[in-house]
Amino acid sequence: MAHFFFDTIVGQVILIVLEALAVLVPLLIAVAYLTLMERKVMAAMQMRRGPNVNGLFGLLQAFADAIKMITKETIIPSGANRFLFLFAPFLTFSLAMMAWAVIPTGNGLAVANINVGILYLLAISSLGVYGMLIAGWASNSKYAFLGGLRSAAQMVSYEVSIGLVIVSVLLAVGSLNLNDIILAQRHVWFCVPMFPMFIVFFISALAETNRAPFDLPEGESELVAGFFVEYSSLSFGLFFLGEYANMILMSGMVSILFLGGWLPPLGIAPFTWIPGPLWLIAKILFCLFVFIWTRATFPRYRYDQLMRLGWKVFLPVSLLWMIATAGFLLATGLLPQGVS
Amino acid sequence: MAGMDRALKAFLLTEIVSGMAATFKTMFKPKVTLNYPYEKSPLSPRFRGEHALRRYPNGEERCIACKLCEAACPAEAITIESEPRDDGSRRTTRYDIDMTKCIYCGLCEEACPVDAIVEGPNYEFATETREELMYNKDKLLSNGDRWESVLARRLELDAPYR
Repeated sequence: MAHFFFDTIVGQVILIVLEALAVLVPLLIAVAYLTLMERKVMAAMQMRRGPNVNGLFGLLQAFADAIKMITKETIIPSGANRFLFLFAPFLTFSLAMMAWAVIPTGNGLAVANINVGILYLLAISSLGVYGMLIAGWASNSKYAFLGGLRSAAQMVSYEVSIGLVIVSVLLAVGSLNLNDIILAQRHVWFCVPMFPMFIVFFISALAETNRAPFDLPEGESELVAGFFVEYSSLSFGLFFLGEYANMILMSGMVSILFLGGWLPPLGIAPFTWIPGPLWLIAKILFCLFVFIWTRATFPRYRYDQLMRLGWKVFLPVSLLWMIATAGFLLATGLLPQGVS
Repeated sequence: MAGMDRALKAFLLTEIVSGMAATFKTMFKPKVTLNYPYEKSPLSPRFRGEHALRRYPNGEERCIACKLCEAACPAEAITIESEPRDDGSRRTTRYDIDMTKCIYCGLCEEACPVDAIVEGPNYEFATETREELMYNKDKLLSNGDRWESVLARRLELDAPYR
Protein backbone atom coordinates (compact mmCIF):
# COMPACT_ATOMS: atom_id res chain seq x y z
CA MET A 1 0.00 0.00 0.00
CA ALA A 2 2.78 2.42 0.88
CA HIS A 3 4.46 1.52 -2.41
CA PHE A 4 1.40 2.60 -4.35
CA PHE A 5 1.31 6.03 -2.71
CA PHE A 6 5.00 6.84 -2.75
CA ASP A 7 6.29 5.15 -5.90
CA THR A 8 3.58 5.53 -8.57
CA ILE A 9 2.52 8.81 -10.12
CA VAL A 10 -1.18 8.16 -9.58
CA GLY A 11 -0.56 7.38 -5.95
CA GLN A 12 1.41 10.57 -5.44
CA VAL A 13 -1.27 12.67 -7.13
CA ILE A 14 -3.90 11.13 -4.84
CA LEU A 15 -1.66 11.78 -1.85
CA ILE A 16 -1.17 15.43 -2.82
CA VAL A 17 -4.88 15.96 -3.41
CA LEU A 18 -5.62 14.46 0.00
CA GLU A 19 -2.99 16.67 1.63
CA ALA A 20 -4.42 19.74 -0.08
CA LEU A 21 -7.91 18.81 1.09
CA ALA A 22 -6.64 18.28 4.61
CA VAL A 23 -5.51 21.91 4.60
CA LEU A 24 -8.25 23.54 2.54
CA VAL A 25 -11.33 22.04 4.17
CA PRO A 26 -10.39 23.16 7.70
CA LEU A 27 -9.33 26.50 6.20
CA LEU A 28 -12.71 27.09 4.56
CA ILE A 29 -14.51 26.13 7.75
CA ALA A 30 -12.19 28.46 9.63
CA VAL A 31 -13.06 31.27 7.22
CA ALA A 32 -16.76 30.65 7.74
CA TYR A 33 -16.34 30.80 11.48
CA LEU A 34 -13.99 33.76 11.31
CA THR A 35 -16.86 35.84 9.94
CA LEU A 36 -18.96 34.72 12.89
CA MET A 37 -16.13 35.42 15.33
CA GLU A 38 -15.69 38.87 13.86
CA ARG A 39 -19.37 39.64 14.28
CA LYS A 40 -19.44 38.26 17.81
CA VAL A 41 -16.30 40.02 19.00
CA MET A 42 -17.27 43.33 17.42
CA ALA A 43 -20.72 42.98 18.92
CA ALA A 44 -19.24 42.40 22.37
CA MET A 45 -17.00 45.43 22.00
CA GLN A 46 -19.98 47.54 21.05
CA MET A 47 -22.17 46.10 23.82
CA ARG A 48 -24.34 44.27 21.33
CA ARG A 49 -25.18 40.58 21.17
CA GLY A 50 -24.25 39.61 17.65
CA PRO A 51 -25.85 36.67 15.84
CA ASN A 52 -27.39 34.36 18.44
CA VAL A 53 -30.54 32.94 16.90
CA ASN A 54 -29.26 30.40 14.34
CA GLY A 55 -28.11 27.43 16.33
CA LEU A 56 -26.37 27.51 19.68
CA PHE A 57 -24.74 30.96 20.12
CA GLY A 58 -25.48 31.60 16.44
CA LEU A 59 -23.05 28.89 15.35
CA LEU A 60 -25.10 28.11 12.26
CA GLN A 61 -25.07 31.73 11.15
CA ALA A 62 -21.96 31.10 9.02
CA PHE A 63 -23.83 28.49 7.00
CA ALA A 64 -26.93 30.63 6.71
CA ASP A 65 -24.76 33.38 5.26
CA ALA A 66 -23.11 30.98 2.85
CA ILE A 67 -26.46 29.69 1.60
CA LYS A 68 -27.73 33.23 1.19
CA MET A 69 -24.65 34.20 -0.76
CA ILE A 70 -24.81 31.22 -3.10
CA THR A 71 -28.50 31.45 -3.90
CA LYS A 72 -28.45 35.12 -4.83
CA GLU A 73 -28.49 36.30 -8.42
CA THR A 74 -25.20 36.94 -10.21
CA ILE A 75 -25.29 40.33 -11.85
CA ILE A 76 -22.70 41.25 -14.46
CA PRO A 77 -22.76 44.97 -15.34
CA SER A 78 -23.34 45.53 -19.05
CA GLY A 79 -20.17 47.60 -19.47
CA ALA A 80 -17.97 45.08 -17.69
CA ASN A 81 -15.35 42.90 -19.24
CA ARG A 82 -17.04 39.57 -18.63
CA PHE A 83 -14.03 37.33 -18.56
CA LEU A 84 -11.91 39.51 -16.30
CA PHE A 85 -14.90 40.39 -14.14
CA LEU A 86 -15.48 36.74 -13.31
CA PHE A 87 -11.78 35.87 -13.27
CA ALA A 88 -10.82 38.44 -10.60
CA PRO A 89 -12.67 36.90 -7.61
CA PHE A 90 -11.49 33.47 -8.67
CA LEU A 91 -7.90 34.74 -8.74
CA THR A 92 -8.16 36.38 -5.31
CA PHE A 93 -9.71 33.28 -3.82
CA SER A 94 -7.33 30.74 -5.35
CA LEU A 95 -4.26 32.80 -4.44
CA ALA A 96 -5.43 33.02 -0.85
CA MET A 97 -5.79 29.23 -0.84
CA MET A 98 -2.52 28.52 -2.66
CA ALA A 99 -0.40 30.27 -0.08
CA TRP A 100 -1.38 27.67 2.50
CA ALA A 101 0.67 25.02 0.73
CA VAL A 102 3.83 26.08 2.58
CA ILE A 103 2.50 26.89 6.04
CA PRO A 104 3.99 24.31 8.41
CA THR A 105 1.54 23.09 11.05
CA GLY A 106 4.05 20.91 12.84
CA ASN A 107 7.73 20.01 12.57
CA GLY A 108 8.13 19.69 8.78
CA LEU A 109 4.40 19.15 8.48
CA ALA A 110 3.47 21.20 5.42
CA VAL A 111 1.95 20.24 2.07
CA ALA A 112 5.14 21.56 0.48
CA ASN A 113 8.10 22.05 2.79
CA ILE A 114 10.09 24.05 0.25
CA ASN A 115 13.35 25.84 0.92
CA VAL A 116 12.13 29.25 -0.24
CA GLY A 117 8.85 29.10 1.66
CA ILE A 118 8.92 32.68 2.87
CA LEU A 119 9.66 33.99 -0.63
CA TYR A 120 6.75 31.94 -1.95
CA LEU A 121 4.48 33.44 0.70
CA LEU A 122 5.65 36.97 -0.10
CA ALA A 123 5.12 36.37 -3.81
CA ILE A 124 1.65 34.90 -3.41
CA SER A 125 0.46 37.61 -1.03
CA SER A 126 1.80 40.25 -3.43
CA LEU A 127 -0.08 38.66 -6.31
CA GLY A 128 -3.29 39.13 -4.35
CA VAL A 129 -3.33 42.76 -5.44
CA TYR A 130 -3.96 41.66 -9.03
CA GLY A 131 -7.34 40.25 -8.14
CA MET A 132 -8.40 43.60 -6.70
CA LEU A 133 -6.87 45.60 -9.53
CA ILE A 134 -8.51 43.43 -12.19
CA ALA A 135 -11.82 43.56 -10.35
CA GLY A 136 -11.64 47.32 -10.10
CA TRP A 137 -10.82 47.72 -13.75
CA ALA A 138 -13.16 45.09 -15.18
CA SER A 139 -16.23 46.40 -13.33
CA ASN A 140 -16.28 49.55 -15.47
CA SER A 141 -17.42 51.62 -12.51
CA LYS A 142 -15.74 54.70 -11.08
CA TYR A 143 -15.99 53.53 -7.48
CA ALA A 144 -14.58 50.13 -8.27
CA PHE A 145 -11.82 51.71 -10.31
CA LEU A 146 -10.81 54.09 -7.53
CA GLY A 147 -10.97 51.26 -5.01
CA GLY A 148 -8.73 49.12 -7.21
CA LEU A 149 -6.20 51.93 -7.60
CA ARG A 150 -6.15 52.56 -3.88
CA SER A 151 -5.68 48.93 -3.01
CA ALA A 152 -2.82 48.64 -5.49
CA ALA A 153 -1.05 51.72 -4.12
CA GLN A 154 -1.61 50.63 -0.53
CA MET A 155 -0.51 47.05 -0.91
CA VAL A 156 2.62 48.01 -2.84
CA SER A 157 3.57 50.58 -0.19
CA TYR A 158 3.23 48.18 2.68
CA GLU A 159 4.81 45.29 0.84
CA VAL A 160 8.09 47.21 0.99
CA SER A 161 8.17 47.41 4.77
CA ILE A 162 6.88 43.84 5.07
CA GLY A 163 9.76 42.75 2.86
CA LEU A 164 12.31 44.59 5.00
CA VAL A 165 10.88 43.16 8.20
CA ILE A 166 11.08 39.68 6.75
CA VAL A 167 14.67 40.34 5.71
CA SER A 168 15.64 41.25 9.26
CA VAL A 169 14.01 38.04 10.49
CA LEU A 170 15.84 36.07 7.83
CA LEU A 171 19.13 37.63 8.86
CA ALA A 172 18.67 36.16 12.28
CA VAL A 173 17.59 32.76 10.93
CA GLY A 174 19.85 32.20 7.98
CA SER A 175 17.27 30.24 5.99
CA LEU A 176 14.22 30.90 3.82
CA ASN A 177 12.57 27.68 4.92
CA LEU A 178 9.57 28.33 7.14
CA ASN A 179 10.31 25.28 9.23
CA ASP A 180 13.84 26.54 9.92
CA ILE A 181 12.44 29.97 10.78
CA ILE A 182 10.28 28.36 13.44
CA LEU A 183 13.03 26.12 14.72
CA ALA A 184 15.28 29.17 15.10
CA GLN A 185 12.80 30.46 17.68
CA ARG A 186 13.25 27.47 20.00
CA HIS A 187 14.87 29.57 22.71
CA VAL A 188 13.12 32.90 22.31
CA TRP A 189 10.34 33.98 19.98
CA PHE A 190 11.34 36.74 17.59
CA CYS A 191 8.59 38.98 18.92
CA VAL A 192 10.78 39.58 22.00
CA PRO A 193 14.10 40.75 20.50
CA MET A 194 12.41 42.28 17.46
CA PHE A 195 9.37 43.74 19.17
CA PRO A 196 9.24 46.96 17.08
CA MET A 197 9.41 44.89 13.90
CA PHE A 198 6.64 42.70 15.23
CA ILE A 199 4.43 45.78 15.56
CA VAL A 200 5.48 47.12 12.14
CA PHE A 201 4.78 43.76 10.56
CA PHE A 202 1.42 43.46 12.25
CA ILE A 203 0.29 46.91 11.18
CA SER A 204 1.56 46.29 7.67
CA ALA A 205 -0.37 43.03 7.68
CA LEU A 206 -3.51 45.02 8.50
CA ALA A 207 -2.81 47.25 5.51
CA GLU A 208 -1.94 44.29 3.32
CA THR A 209 -5.25 42.57 3.97
CA ASN A 210 -7.19 45.84 3.62
CA ARG A 211 -8.47 45.61 7.15
CA ALA A 212 -9.62 48.51 9.30
CA PRO A 213 -8.12 51.03 10.02
CA PHE A 214 -6.55 50.70 6.56
CA ASP A 215 -9.65 49.54 4.66
CA LEU A 216 -9.48 52.44 2.25
CA PRO A 217 -9.93 50.29 -0.86
CA GLU A 218 -13.40 49.43 0.38
CA GLY A 219 -14.09 52.59 2.39
CA GLU A 220 -17.89 52.47 2.49
CA SER A 221 -18.46 56.13 3.13
CA GLU A 222 -16.54 57.29 0.08
CA LEU A 223 -16.30 54.40 -2.38
CA VAL A 224 -19.52 52.51 -1.57
CA ALA A 225 -17.65 49.20 -1.30
CA GLY A 226 -14.48 49.83 -3.28
CA PHE A 227 -13.30 47.36 -5.86
CA PHE A 228 -16.15 44.93 -5.37
CA VAL A 229 -19.13 47.30 -5.61
CA GLU A 230 -20.42 45.61 -8.75
CA TYR A 231 -20.05 42.07 -7.46
CA SER A 232 -22.89 39.97 -6.19
CA SER A 233 -23.68 36.41 -5.23
CA LEU A 234 -20.91 33.84 -5.55
CA SER A 235 -18.38 36.15 -7.16
CA PHE A 236 -18.72 38.46 -4.16
CA GLY A 237 -18.57 35.40 -1.93
CA LEU A 238 -15.23 34.41 -3.42
CA PHE A 239 -13.83 37.88 -2.70
CA PHE A 240 -15.16 37.66 0.80
CA LEU A 241 -13.67 34.21 1.38
CA GLY A 242 -10.39 35.33 -0.18
CA GLU A 243 -10.21 38.38 2.07
CA TYR A 244 -10.81 36.37 5.21
CA ALA A 245 -8.48 33.57 4.09
CA ASN A 246 -5.85 36.26 3.57
CA MET A 247 -6.47 37.47 7.09
CA ILE A 248 -5.87 33.97 8.41
CA LEU A 249 -2.80 33.70 6.20
CA MET A 250 -1.30 36.95 7.46
CA SER A 251 -2.02 35.85 11.03
CA GLY A 252 -0.25 32.63 10.18
CA MET A 253 2.73 34.60 8.88
CA VAL A 254 2.82 36.71 12.03
CA SER A 255 2.72 33.53 14.13
CA ILE A 256 5.45 31.86 12.12
CA LEU A 257 7.80 34.83 11.88
CA PHE A 258 7.38 36.27 15.36
CA LEU A 259 5.38 33.98 17.63
CA GLY A 260 7.25 30.74 17.09
CA GLY A 261 4.72 28.97 14.82
CA TRP A 262 3.90 25.54 16.22
CA LEU A 263 6.40 25.83 19.08
CA PRO A 264 4.97 25.89 22.60
CA PRO A 265 5.77 29.04 24.59
CA LEU A 266 8.24 27.13 26.77
CA GLY A 267 9.93 23.85 25.93
CA ILE A 268 8.89 22.25 29.25
CA ALA A 269 6.42 19.59 30.27
CA PRO A 270 2.88 20.97 30.48
CA PHE A 271 3.32 22.99 27.29
CA THR A 272 4.91 20.26 25.20
CA TRP A 273 1.97 17.90 25.83
CA ILE A 274 -0.17 19.98 23.53
CA PRO A 275 0.64 19.10 19.90
CA GLY A 276 2.17 21.69 17.55
CA PRO A 277 -0.80 22.31 15.25
CA LEU A 278 -2.90 23.36 18.23
CA TRP A 279 -0.27 25.89 19.27
CA LEU A 280 -0.23 27.29 15.74
CA ILE A 281 -4.03 27.49 15.72
CA ALA A 282 -4.04 29.19 19.11
CA LYS A 283 -1.52 31.79 17.89
CA ILE A 284 -3.42 32.39 14.67
CA LEU A 285 -6.61 32.81 16.67
CA PHE A 286 -4.90 35.34 18.91
CA CYS A 287 -3.70 37.33 15.89
CA LEU A 288 -7.16 37.20 14.33
CA PHE A 289 -8.63 38.45 17.56
CA VAL A 290 -6.26 41.40 17.47
CA PHE A 291 -7.23 42.03 13.83
CA ILE A 292 -10.88 42.24 14.86
CA TRP A 293 -10.03 44.17 17.99
CA THR A 294 -8.27 46.89 16.00
CA ARG A 295 -11.20 47.01 13.60
CA ALA A 296 -13.58 47.61 16.49
CA THR A 297 -11.32 50.27 17.99
CA PHE A 298 -9.95 52.58 15.32
CA PRO A 299 -11.50 54.85 12.73
CA ARG A 300 -10.26 54.65 9.15
CA TYR A 301 -7.04 56.43 8.23
CA ARG A 302 -7.12 59.19 5.65
CA TYR A 303 -5.41 58.22 2.43
CA ASP A 304 -2.45 60.59 2.77
CA GLN A 305 -1.95 59.52 6.40
CA LEU A 306 -1.84 55.92 5.26
CA MET A 307 0.81 56.68 2.66
CA ARG A 308 2.78 58.82 5.09
CA LEU A 309 2.79 56.03 7.66
CA GLY A 310 3.93 53.50 5.08
CA TRP A 311 6.66 55.48 3.37
CA LYS A 312 7.87 57.95 5.98
CA VAL A 313 7.58 55.91 9.17
CA PHE A 314 7.57 52.18 8.52
CA LEU A 315 10.02 52.15 5.65
CA PRO A 316 12.82 54.09 7.43
CA VAL A 317 12.20 52.29 10.72
CA SER A 318 12.32 48.84 9.20
CA LEU A 319 15.31 49.77 7.05
CA LEU A 320 17.20 51.09 10.07
CA TRP A 321 16.25 48.05 12.08
CA MET A 322 17.42 45.76 9.35
CA ILE A 323 20.79 47.49 9.20
CA ALA A 324 21.04 47.47 12.99
CA THR A 325 20.23 43.74 13.10
CA ALA A 326 22.78 42.98 10.43
CA GLY A 327 25.42 45.10 12.17
CA PHE A 328 24.69 43.55 15.56
CA LEU A 329 24.84 40.00 14.21
CA LEU A 330 28.04 40.72 12.34
CA ALA A 331 29.69 42.47 15.30
CA THR A 332 28.83 39.70 17.77
CA GLY A 333 29.63 36.94 15.29
CA LEU A 334 26.13 35.48 15.69
CA LEU A 335 25.34 35.71 11.97
CA PRO A 336 24.04 32.25 11.08
CA GLN A 337 26.08 30.46 8.44
CA GLY A 338 23.13 28.63 6.93
CA VAL A 339 21.18 25.92 8.70
CA SER A 340 20.61 23.35 5.99
CA MET B 1 9.72 69.41 25.70
CA ALA B 2 6.12 69.23 24.59
CA GLY B 3 7.28 68.16 21.15
CA MET B 4 9.42 65.41 22.63
CA ASP B 5 6.55 64.33 24.81
CA ARG B 6 4.33 64.06 21.75
CA ALA B 7 6.97 62.21 19.75
CA LEU B 8 7.47 59.75 22.57
CA LYS B 9 3.74 59.22 22.86
CA ALA B 10 3.47 58.59 19.12
CA PHE B 11 6.45 56.24 19.16
CA LEU B 12 5.20 54.18 22.08
CA LEU B 13 1.67 54.07 20.63
CA THR B 14 0.20 55.10 23.98
CA GLU B 15 -2.97 56.46 22.43
CA ILE B 16 -3.46 53.30 20.44
CA VAL B 17 -2.88 51.09 23.43
CA SER B 18 -5.29 53.06 25.61
CA GLY B 19 -7.91 52.94 22.84
CA MET B 20 -7.58 49.21 22.56
CA ALA B 21 -7.75 48.85 26.33
CA ALA B 22 -11.04 50.75 26.28
CA THR B 23 -12.61 48.41 23.72
CA PHE B 24 -11.27 45.37 25.52
CA LYS B 25 -12.87 46.50 28.78
CA THR B 26 -16.13 47.17 26.97
CA MET B 27 -16.20 43.55 25.84
CA PHE B 28 -17.11 42.44 29.35
CA LYS B 29 -19.74 45.05 30.03
CA PRO B 30 -23.37 43.90 30.01
CA LYS B 31 -25.05 44.05 26.63
CA VAL B 32 -27.50 46.82 26.01
CA THR B 33 -29.33 45.13 23.13
CA LEU B 34 -32.81 43.77 23.70
CA ASN B 35 -32.85 40.14 22.65
CA TYR B 36 -35.66 41.12 20.30
CA PRO B 37 -37.90 38.23 19.39
CA TYR B 38 -37.71 37.04 23.00
CA GLU B 39 -37.53 40.41 24.74
CA LYS B 40 -39.50 43.51 23.85
CA SER B 41 -39.40 47.07 25.01
CA PRO B 42 -42.44 48.52 26.82
CA LEU B 43 -44.92 50.43 24.67
CA SER B 44 -46.75 53.63 25.52
CA PRO B 45 -50.57 53.42 25.54
CA ARG B 46 -50.40 55.88 22.67
CA PHE B 47 -48.23 53.66 20.50
CA ARG B 48 -49.65 53.66 16.98
CA GLY B 49 -49.38 50.22 15.44
CA GLU B 50 -51.67 48.00 13.41
CA HIS B 51 -55.27 49.21 13.02
CA ALA B 52 -58.34 47.54 14.46
CA LEU B 53 -62.09 48.12 14.26
CA ARG B 54 -63.71 47.73 17.67
CA ARG B 55 -67.13 46.41 18.68
CA TYR B 56 -69.48 47.26 21.54
CA PRO B 57 -69.62 44.70 24.34
CA ASN B 58 -72.85 43.35 22.87
CA GLY B 59 -71.06 42.48 19.63
CA GLU B 60 -72.42 45.37 17.57
CA GLU B 61 -69.71 47.07 15.52
CA ARG B 62 -68.97 50.61 16.64
CA CYS B 63 -68.37 52.13 13.23
CA ILE B 64 -71.27 54.32 12.09
CA ALA B 65 -69.83 55.05 8.65
CA CYS B 66 -69.43 58.78 9.28
CA LYS B 67 -66.33 58.71 7.07
CA LEU B 68 -64.51 61.23 9.27
CA CYS B 69 -61.46 58.97 9.32
CA GLU B 70 -61.50 58.72 5.55
CA ALA B 71 -61.57 62.53 5.37
CA ALA B 72 -58.88 62.94 8.03
CA CYS B 73 -56.49 60.46 6.53
CA PRO B 74 -53.59 62.45 5.04
CA ALA B 75 -52.34 59.48 3.07
CA GLU B 76 -55.79 58.63 1.69
CA ALA B 77 -55.27 55.07 2.77
CA ILE B 78 -58.86 54.54 3.97
CA THR B 79 -61.75 53.71 1.65
CA ILE B 80 -65.30 53.47 3.03
CA GLU B 81 -68.60 52.63 1.37
CA SER B 82 -71.83 52.60 3.36
CA GLU B 83 -75.51 51.68 3.12
CA PRO B 84 -78.41 51.71 5.58
CA ARG B 85 -78.78 48.31 7.15
CA ASP B 86 -82.18 46.50 7.36
CA ASP B 87 -82.80 47.93 10.82
CA GLY B 88 -82.27 51.43 9.40
CA SER B 89 -78.90 52.14 10.98
CA ARG B 90 -76.10 53.33 8.75
CA ARG B 91 -73.27 50.81 8.47
CA THR B 92 -70.21 50.35 6.32
CA THR B 93 -70.32 47.79 3.53
CA ARG B 94 -66.67 48.30 2.85
CA TYR B 95 -63.91 49.54 5.14
CA ASP B 96 -60.47 49.13 3.57
CA ILE B 97 -57.10 50.38 4.77
CA ASP B 98 -54.15 50.19 2.48
CA MET B 99 -51.42 49.51 5.06
CA THR B 100 -48.73 50.24 2.49
CA LYS B 101 -50.05 53.81 2.19
CA CYS B 102 -50.74 54.36 5.87
CA ILE B 103 -48.26 56.62 7.64
CA TYR B 104 -49.42 55.67 11.15
CA CYS B 105 -50.21 59.28 12.10
CA GLY B 106 -53.19 58.35 14.25
CA LEU B 107 -55.51 60.99 12.76
CA CYS B 108 -58.18 58.37 11.97
CA GLU B 109 -58.19 57.36 15.61
CA GLU B 110 -58.54 61.00 16.68
CA ALA B 111 -61.27 61.72 14.15
CA CYS B 112 -63.43 58.79 15.19
CA PRO B 113 -66.37 59.94 17.36
CA VAL B 114 -67.15 56.42 18.64
CA ASP B 115 -63.62 55.00 19.17
CA ALA B 116 -64.26 52.46 16.45
CA ILE B 117 -61.04 52.68 14.45
CA VAL B 118 -57.98 52.56 16.71
CA GLU B 119 -54.32 51.86 16.24
CA GLY B 120 -53.28 48.99 18.44
CA PRO B 121 -50.02 47.94 20.05
CA ASN B 122 -49.16 45.36 17.38
CA TYR B 123 -46.23 46.22 15.16
CA GLU B 124 -45.37 42.71 14.01
CA PHE B 125 -47.64 42.29 11.02
CA ALA B 126 -45.07 41.92 8.25
CA THR B 127 -46.32 39.84 5.35
CA GLU B 128 -44.72 38.05 2.46
CA THR B 129 -46.91 39.59 -0.23
CA ARG B 130 -48.09 43.12 -0.84
CA GLU B 131 -51.74 42.03 -1.22
CA GLU B 132 -51.91 40.85 2.36
CA LEU B 133 -51.37 44.42 3.49
CA MET B 134 -54.59 45.64 1.82
CA TYR B 135 -56.75 45.24 4.91
CA ASN B 136 -60.51 44.90 4.53
CA LYS B 137 -63.29 45.18 7.04
CA ASP B 138 -63.17 41.51 8.08
CA LYS B 139 -59.47 41.72 8.81
CA LEU B 140 -59.87 44.93 10.80
CA LEU B 141 -62.80 43.56 12.82
CA SER B 142 -60.91 40.38 13.58
CA ASN B 143 -57.97 42.50 14.72
CA GLY B 144 -60.43 44.30 17.00
CA ASP B 145 -61.69 41.05 18.45
CA ARG B 146 -58.17 39.78 18.94
CA TRP B 147 -56.82 42.88 20.70
CA GLU B 148 -60.00 44.19 22.39
CA SER B 149 -58.86 43.76 26.01
CA VAL B 150 -55.59 45.55 25.30
CA LEU B 151 -57.27 48.24 23.24
CA ALA B 152 -59.81 49.04 25.96
CA ARG B 153 -57.07 49.24 28.58
CA ARG B 154 -55.01 51.56 26.37
CA LEU B 155 -57.95 53.90 25.81
CA GLU B 156 -58.65 53.95 29.52
CA LEU B 157 -55.02 54.77 30.34
CA ASP B 158 -54.87 57.51 27.75
CA ALA B 159 -58.30 59.00 28.56
CA PRO B 160 -57.08 61.61 31.12
CA TYR B 161 -54.87 63.21 28.48
CA ARG B 162 -57.35 63.37 25.62
